[in-house]
Amino acid sequence: MSNTKSNPAPEQERRDEESSSEPGAAETRLSTAPREESGAGLPAMGVIGWARWFWRQLTSMRVALILLFLLSLGAIPGSLIPQNSVDEMKVEAFKKAHTTLTPVYEKLQFFDVYSSVWFSAIYILLFVSLIGCIVPRTGQFVGQLRSRPPGAPKRLTRLPAYTTWRTEADPEQVHEAALAIIRKRRYRVHAVNGAVAAEKGYLREAGNLIFHVSLIVMLVAFACGQLFKSEGGKLIVEGDGFANTLTQYDDFKSGSLFDNDSLAPFSFTLDKFTGTYERRGPQRGTPRTYEAHVTYAEGAYGKPKKTVIRVNEPLVIGSTKVYLNAHGYAPVVSVKDGKGKEVYRNAVPLLPIDNNVTSSGAIKVLDGYRDKDGKKTQLGFQAFFVPTFAGEGKGTMFSQFPGADFPVLALNGFHGYLGPDSGLAQNVYQLDKTKMTEFKDADGKQLKQRLLVGETMKLPDGAGSITFEGLQEWASFQITEQPASGWALGGSVAAIAGLAGSLFIQRRRVWVRAVRGADGVTVVEMAGLGRSESAKLPEELADLAVELVASAPPAPDPEPGTDADPESESEPASGPGTDPDAGPESDSDAVEESSEDPAEGAEK
Amino acid sequence: MNLAAATNENLAHTSNVLIYSAMAVYTLAFLAHIAEWVFGSRSKVGRTAAALTGDGAATAQVKVQVAQKGGGTAVLDRPKIVTRAAAGSRDVPDGPGAAGGTFKGDLYGRVAVSMTVLAFLVQAGGVITRAMSVQRAPWGNMYEFSITFSTVAVGAYLVLLALGKNVRWMGLLLVTTVLLDLGIATTWLYTDSDQLVPALHSYWLWIHVSTAIFCGAVFYLGAVGTLLYLFRDSYENKLANGGRPGAFARSVLSRLPAAASLDKFSYRVNAAVFPLWTFTIIAGAIWAGDAWGRYWGWDPKEVWSFITWVAYACYLHARATAGWKGRKAAYLALIAFGCWLFNYYGVNIFVTGKHSYAGV
Ligand code: HEM
Repeated sequence: MSNTKSNPAPEQERRDEESSSEPGAAETRLSTAPREESGAGLPAMGVIGWARWFWRQLTSMRVALILLFLLSLGAIPGSLIPQNSVDEMKVEAFKKAHTTLTPVYEKLQFFDVYSSVWFSAIYILLFVSLIGCIVPRTGQFVGQLRSRPPGAPKRLTRLPAYTTWRTEADPEQVHEAALAIIRKRRYRVHAVNGAVAAEKGYLREAGNLIFHVSLIVMLVAFACGQLFKSEGGKLIVEGDGFANTLTQYDDFKSGSLFDNDSLAPFSFTLDKFTGTYERRGPQRGTPRTYEAHVTYAEGAYGKPKKTVIRVNEPLVIGSTKVYLNAHGYAPVVSVKDGKGKEVYRNAVPLLPIDNNVTSSGAIKVLDGYRDKDGKKTQLGFQAFFVPTFAGEGKGTMFSQFPGADFPVLALNGFHGYLGPDSGLAQNVYQLDKTKMTEFKDADGKQLKQRLLVGETMKLPDGAGSITFEGLQEWASFQITEQPASGWALGGSVAAIAGLAGSLFIQRRRVWVRAVRGADGVTVVEMAGLGRSESAKLPEELADLAVELVASAPPAPDPEPGTDADPESESEPASGPGTDPDAGPESDSDAVEESSEDPAEGAEK
Repeated sequence: MNLAAATNENLAHTSNVLIYSAMAVYTLAFLAHIAEWVFGSRSKVGRTAAALTGDGAATAQVKVQVAQKGGGTAVLDRPKIVTRAAAGSRDVPDGPGAAGGTFKGDLYGRVAVSMTVLAFLVQAGGVITRAMSVQRAPWGNMYEFSITFSTVAVGAYLVLLALGKNVRWMGLLLVTTVLLDLGIATTWLYTDSDQLVPALHSYWLWIHVSTAIFCGAVFYLGAVGTLLYLFRDSYENKLANGGRPGAFARSVLSRLPAAASLDKFSYRVNAAVFPLWTFTIIAGAIWAGDAWGRYWGWDPKEVWSFITWVAYACYLHARATAGWKGRKAAYLALIAFGCWLFNYYGVNIFVTGKHSYAGV
């Protein structure tokens, strides 16, 4: 047979050349709209007709494809334009910098892409489409599992893998043997319409359905997580504690369906924070460990338990997680008034501004202080802190190492009015100096001093003093509750498993037909069809054929040298367009349909 | 400077030397590939054209070993398995490869592959010494990503070759891009060994980043296949429609595998990697959940991973949708790989987010 084809007779070659300029088999298949697109025609009149048309469109593969494409397109602006959900400060900065763009962007909800109307519309449509797709497919798949593999197509030669030979064995005998051989390979197999039909690889479909269902599970879990989540931050100095109620948070965000009373009741105290850092080598200063030693209690009256929270290792209490977020230093300072009375003593958390924990912040003495005249006033200090000072004479106040090897606190002071205690939220790390006056030294310059632990800075004119008493560390925690994350995880594991099944398992069909020819010799034909063109299919067919040959040994060719296959002579010559009994579509459809539509068997 | 630090500096230096040496050897491989194509062009390559003007049904043949009754095996002439490409694709035999069946071309091709193997080993050495110099996974910044990325791409290619897959046709293109990648890495992205933020101290770094790099490298092979498929497909179309392709197409494209084979190759590659890419994203989400307190926060890197994922899902859907398979699906595959590339370079360079530790 291969001989016939590689050396075509001259006349035949010419004929084929002519026909190749007409649409060949491939093109016919492409353009004779697959059944998918047959729904694209105009619908019958009437509301129901339109509704049905719309639904068919929405649940078609083509529209799913378009929606997927739109989804990826729609996600892009959110990565290029600052998002409220990610960083509100950045959004504000952007709005200030782009005054003309901002109104347009706001109209388009470009600062909240992922919760915008249009983005939601895309994914909701996609998931409606998905459900509309899964439900019927599941039904069809169950139908397929219940029914049996479809019977052999009329012309097996047209299938992607094909073989034939002549044998003296009885057709019945061949069929029996084929049934046994194919069944041994764990195909579902039966004899139908004078041929053996077999199918294998159903798990592919199952995997595909599981994958798509998992997507829905993941989406629902994600949506629940967004709606019911809560997330807040809290900075705690060593020795201080936190109880999980709304008022105790420094900042708090929650999903729209979150119920403030549903915060899990627990509390914890930060006993000690330790950070260790690489001391040597090029990586000097690299953090090695961050550990927050805490004592926590679940519920209102729970027994206190000790644990350690690390980066990447949150404390888990029910569905609430407490993450270690950041850390820094909190110098303990005390302030005395002119009479030597201590009016303030506190560990003041300062914010790190570089990797070596150079920190800055403000010390605010709001009440209790009286100046030398006995008048009530307020004090404010700008504080600059380095855990490891470069050394005397080396001017900069930048830390050389993140550990507290040589802590130095630099201060300058102000007196006056610190600003409203209430009303506008005040930044505790910054001084509002509009109503404050600087303390000046004897030369009339700004009073500032660097203090070691235990050292005191005197304020001028008997205004009192401030002392750097000691050093504590603080840690900040993020406390989040995100329900349904277990579902999201389960969904994603199932999705991967389903996907692997769907992509790695081949679904394929095999047919064997044995027919006694006019000369009394049986012609055996075998053909295979895979869902996607698999290189393994011909090999698998060959393996089956070899086994079958044992029960149906080839008979000698009637005329040595020519091919005995009854169809191979006529087949290539009559192109699909000229095939009188099949017409251009019917035959190709048999192939197309089964390679296209996973549920084809159910319709038969 | 103490001893430990000195060793590290030495290792970092060794790594640089190895990377530069690898570039030198890749350049030799590049030249050998060029020679392969040049010598191959002197052969007669009319096979594709003949096949296209033939009747269109190819007859690939599977030889079957059969055990005989008396023991021993014989190669049976029958059953022959006749294969036909599935609906919608042409039956065209693969081109003869870059060497065009010429002895000299093949010789140079073999030299090129050997050089590639050598360069791969040297480059892998460079990556490993880099990892040793910083005492961590070598994926802390873009320089390290880039050198690992091309190592993995070449490794995957060599594995496919070793498995006997027909992939030598991509050798020239692969080596060229590897040189480009290394050139960019060494000139623009070079970073001295650097500190890692504590959030990276997690075994998820190994899992998430290694799979991410692997996926990208293999997606890249798929993209090369897709790109060549598009060229080869228009070439075949032209022939099938009786046109006369240009000299370049006649010489170069005719030697590539058939469009159907290229298409199949890139589909297999992409489909095989897609579940791993899904896993990469999920692993990243789990890690983010541990490190940042939320598993998904629409950080730019997350967004682009998602876009890439959806784009590949789009491609896989297109492959299964009538009217979209073939060229349209191929365009989607290229777009998807473009998304991956942007996620890899673009996001680090143009967008700042939580992943900005990756430092340019
Ligand atoms: C939420 C978005 C969706 C994603 C991320 C997605 C993803 C995927 C992926 C990755 C595949 C490849 C698996 C394979 O080839 O076997 C696939 C296959 C498939 N999808 Fe989707 N899909 C989505 C929505 C849909 C929708 C809405 C439909 C129905 C209209 C659908 C119908 C199918 C079908 C029938 C297949 C099987 C194709 C085949 O077996 O070759 N999918 N999907």
